[in-house]
Amino acid sequence: MGELSWIFVSALLVNNFTLSYFLGLCPFFGVSGRLVTAFRLGLANIFVMVITSLCASFLNAFVLPYAPYLRLISFIVVIASTVQFVEMVIKKVSPGLFRALGIFLPLITTNCAILALALFQTSRGYGLLQGLVFALGAGGGLTLALVLMAGLREEAELSDIPSVIRGTAMNLIIAGILSLAFMGFAGLFSGNA
Amino acid sequence: MSSGGHDPGRAYEELVKGLWRENPVFVQVLGMCPMLAVTNTAVNGLAMGAASFFVLVCSSVLISSFKSWIPKPVRISTYIIVIATFVTVADLSLQALAPTVHRELGAFISLIVVNCLILGRQEAFASKQPVKLALADALGMGGGFAIALVMLGGAREVLGAGSLFGVSLFGDQFEPWVVMLLPPGGFLMLGLLLLAFASIKEARVKLAERTRKAA
Amino acid sequence: MSGDLVQLEGRKGASAGVPDNTARLVLTLTVAGLLSGIAIVSAYEITRPMIAANQARALERAVFEVVPGAERLQRLAWRDGALVPAVGDAAGEPSIYGGYAADGSFAGYAIPGEGAGYQDTIKLLYGFDAERRRVVGMYILESRETPGLGDRIYKDLDFVAAFRDLVVEPEIELVSGGGAADNQVDGITGATISSKAVVSIINATNSLWRERLFAPGAEPPPPAEPATEEKP
Repeated sequence: MGELSWIFVSALLVNNFTLSYFLGLCPFFGVSGRLVTAFRLGLANIFVMVITSLCASFLNAFVLPYAPYLRLISFIVVIASTVQFVEMVIKKVSPGLFRALGIFLPLITTNCAILALALFQTSRGYGLLQGLVFALGAGGGLTLALVLMAGLREEAELSDIPSVIRGTAMNLIIAGILSLAFMGFAGLFSGNA
Repeated sequence: MSSGGHDPGRAYEELVKGLWRENPVFVQVLGMCPMLAVTNTAVNGLAMGAASFFVLVCSSVLISSFKSWIPKPVRISTYIIVIATFVTVADLSLQALAPTVHRELGAFISLIVVNCLILGRQEAFASKQPVKLALADALGMGGGFAIALVMLGGAREVLGAGSLFGVSLFGDQFEPWVVMLLPPGGFLMLGLLLLAFASIKEARVKLAERTRKAA
Repeated sequence: MSGDLVQLEGRKGASAGVPDNTARLVLTLTVAGLLSGIAIVSAYEITRPMIAANQARALERAVFEVVPGAERLQRLAWRDGALVPAVGDAAGEPSIYGGYAADGSFAGYAIPGEGAGYQDTIKLLYGFDAERRRVVGMYILESRETPGLGDRIYKDLDFVAAFRDLVVEPEIELVSGGGAADNQVDGITGATISSKAVVSIINATNSLWRERLFAPGAEPPPPAEPATEEKP
């Protein structure tokens, strides 16, 4: 139990995928202009991460012990096709959910955070349950970072900022300060261990 | 549009554009995941830059050579297979030849696969141009990417550890600015470098306007 | 849609006359996959011995660092209540390493442990002298502790030296300002949490292995068998 909660909090806050590992930066800077969009993108991300984690656990258990060198290729191919398949199923079964998540799914599949989730899960030797908890934590962390960033950017839109710094430079500096704030979460677990 | 292939001037143009005018990091801001995560020292930046350079150049040449054989509907999947193959090769070679560097970079070598810069060059350039131009473009873009990573890594290492390529610069008096080695330092340093680029550009535009008015 | 078609037809080369039917798509991907497989397998086969040698060397360096006098090592796996010499990767099996001097005599155990640090999981290896029941060395295998602060758990030579001769019973204690007793380690100022993590990892790992190392049948330690450990 203690181990699972450590995995979750570590992925959510202490080692936040976006603010500490720089993963998923494309949507972070590209889509995080509006709060609602950012939130939906985050949810879609959690969804894809859970599927990814399941795929990676399956591959790790049944395929990769026999062919470790195929790890990277099999992760990419299997994850991309599974997500596409699930997307089709959702479209048929629940059009409402599809409208909310749908447009983001293909975008997310080629996101480095997804592949990194599978790779980290493998290199840390997580099993099925640990992997799922890790995926939930990492997806939650990504959502948190996206939503925070979107909120800050909506504010910055209205502020008086010199034109030369507007755009990517400003977003990066905002992200830097956000990342600095998240460093405060370090030591959350070992402090009272 | 010129036919290109046999025009050495065009190849030179494609080569140099990636180094400065269309630099993938400072101008296009592509491939940020790997470039921020591992560039806390100049050596790591160099290793990451070299690995990405290798993958980009090999993939571009291969895909440009076989571009007419690849059907359009499966082109992206084919590109990804090609890129993932070269990344696996780079990963294994680095693990065999430079294990300490490989340990530092960890999973981020594998993540070169999803670097938007590499896939982007295949889709936007190599799949449409002759091999010679694709090679020039990949050399320029890969070189520009590697140079930017070394700059970023070097700047962070100098401020954060007081050394460059592991050589101490300031002696014991220097109090290192540790945060530059940490994740926030990556965001801040890239933000500041982009800001510097933007200011230089703006200053140039203003200068050009002034000289035009004066004339 | 029509734009796509125009573009498709506009493309020069061999594909111009060939329709993009399903068989062709599958064929392209199969050929690409096949070639990629060949390339990856050959790269894997070429690099495998070098990578294995690198890993073996890194492990040797760590074991020889924490077990004074060791010049050879042997993985000891915990199977059915006894320590048995094993070859190859641990692959999930609970294992420790035995260090042996050049003449084949037993020099001490090297025990791997891991736990939560300040930033992320810390993995370490410590040397254990079963006869004197003391920790005789400590080596950090993996950590992402803060540069300049937490990373002193392996860069601060005084801290590392404190683990060269340390009583582990009842438990290693972390103190500040110079420990007097022989089970005390002086914590690092500015890296309290990281140094505390190292101590608690060793304590936890030790409480797990302590009984196993002294269990009947586990002593005397199995002799080195260089023949099974020779690597190409």
